[in-house]
Amino acid sequence: MTTALSVHNLKKTYSSGFEALKGISFEVKSGDFMALLGPNGAGKSTTIGIISSLVNKTSGTISIYGEDIDRNFAAAKMNIGVVPQEFNFNQFEKVGDIVCTQAGYYGIDNQTAALRAEKYLKLLDLWDKRDERSRMLSGGMKRRLMIARALVHEPRLLILDEPTAGVDIELRRSMWTFLKELNQQGTTIILTTHYLEEAEQLCRSIAIIDHGEIIEQSSMKTFLSKLDRETFILDLGKDITTVPELDGVRSQLLDAHTLEVEVSKQAPLNAIFAKLSALDIPVTSMRNKANRLEELFVSLVERKR
Amino acid sequence: MNWQQQFNAFSTIVRKEIRRFMRIWVQTLIPPAITIALYFVIFGELIGRRIGHIGEYSYMEYIVPGLIMMSVITNSYSNVVSSFFSTKFQRSIEEMLVSPMPNYVVIGGFVLGGVARGIAVGAIVTLLSLFFAHLSVDNIWITISMVVLTATLFSLGGFINAVYAGSFDDISIVPTFVLTPLTYLGGVFYSITMLPDFWQGVSQVNPIVYMVNGFRYGILGISDINIGVAYGMVITFIVLMYAWAHWLLKYGVGIRS
Repeated sequence: MTTALSVHNLKKTYSSGFEALKGISFEVKSGDFMALLGPNGAGKSTTIGIISSLVNKTSGTISIYGEDIDRNFAAAKMNIGVVPQEFNFNQFEKVGDIVCTQAGYYGIDNQTAALRAEKYLKLLDLWDKRDERSRMLSGGMKRRLMIARALVHEPRLLILDEPTAGVDIELRRSMWTFLKELNQQGTTIILTTHYLEEAEQLCRSIAIIDHGEIIEQSSMKTFLSKLDRETFILDLGKDITTVPELDGVRSQLLDAHTLEVEVSKQAPLNAIFAKLSALDIPVTSMRNKANRLEELFVSLVERKR
Repeated sequence: MNWQQQFNAFSTIVRKEIRRFMRIWVQTLIPPAITIALYFVIFGELIGRRIGHIGEYSYMEYIVPGLIMMSVITNSYSNVVSSFFSTKFQRSIEEMLVSPMPNYVVIGGFVLGGVARGIAVGAIVTLLSLFFAHLSVDNIWITISMVVLTATLFSLGGFINAVYAGSFDDISIVPTFVLTPLTYLGGVFYSITMLPDFWQGVSQVNPIVYMVNGFRYGILGISDINIGVAYGMVITFIVLMYAWAHWLLKYGVGIRS
């Protein structure tokens, strides 16, 4: 399979002396949907900044679909689209003009740019807003505008830096659907997000960066299979004062009617319910304390500290 | 990018720049026209009548080329400095940085935008001057080429200023403390031959002297400076300023961290 993005021994030390990246290397296969995760300040945005030429690297190499970003700058850049974390368009320009102008920067002629702008603004439900100044858009619309702008030159690799930050759940889910479809049509996607449920739902592979180093890179399936314990929250039908004895299960009371239980992934849950029934403690509902990826992510990052 | 794609990118920036200053024409085209009209009234009409003639031309006729050039200089400079700094401030410069555009396309696009505004304001001022003075053009090619070269040079200057600027204050420092004094001392209102020898020598290092005199030569056919020297100086400055601007963009000074 073709490699969409290859990052090799990438280092970045800022003028302040802060070493943001300590020689990271990773690859993204063509057609993949990869989550690039890490705590705040881990180096995710620096990595994306270097790939998209917004940050100067200290050393290392990057190639996009086989084109070295230093030696064949234009060919490499033609293949990449970037949706940044913060709004970075002219607040006084019209929505349609922003998208058409971006197409122009990629050498696309006016007629094609207008057609592409129409296509992507319609896909992202912004066509009705094409003649409005961008500052008049809501936060969610601005995020979608940045996606339309990043797609207008139809890149093979799309990088999204926290695209759903501050977006309501309904809009977030519609963006997930859009991104899934885009990926199914062949666009390779790299996503950074703090919503781990989002990463788990969308992505097929994962790279975790912390303190400027890649601490994990694998397929999402392989990574999630490392999870050997899960924590559930049980809402109880009556108040209790002591933690019930549950064999081989770590449990604690969060309050008089909420019990947290941590069970081995292989252990059946029936035994817990049977024991609670025997103790005449009804369970009215049950939910995961955190999603599986979140549990793994937190344990991995904490282990490194 | 092939040449056609580069041309599309270049024309995109130029259109965007022209759209910007046309959208805010009340701020970009009208104030310079009013300012220069006041110069015509006060210096040309009221004071100029008492000064009499410089050579074979009335004082009003003498200062018209300088005032046109002054408006071209200030407007081409301020267009690029404010536009490019604004793209930095709003971070929309990232739209260009992520694209495959070569640096010379970016610089060229902004410069042509500045040239367009300089020429637009210059044309308005020229039309206004017709109400105050009889204006004939001695050599149209020298006149046009000197305006275009001067606007190019000061657009590059505006670009460099904007790259270094860290705040809106920084984009007004050079126009206030460098550009305005150089323009006023650049022979707009007087012939440098009227100055004592020492100040004539000092004026030789003021680049604006060469542009004002080159343009005056195109309009009136008179100049304090040899026209070949004027062209040589302007072109040399353009080459140096372009090299500086290109270097800044290549290494991302003030743009990339």
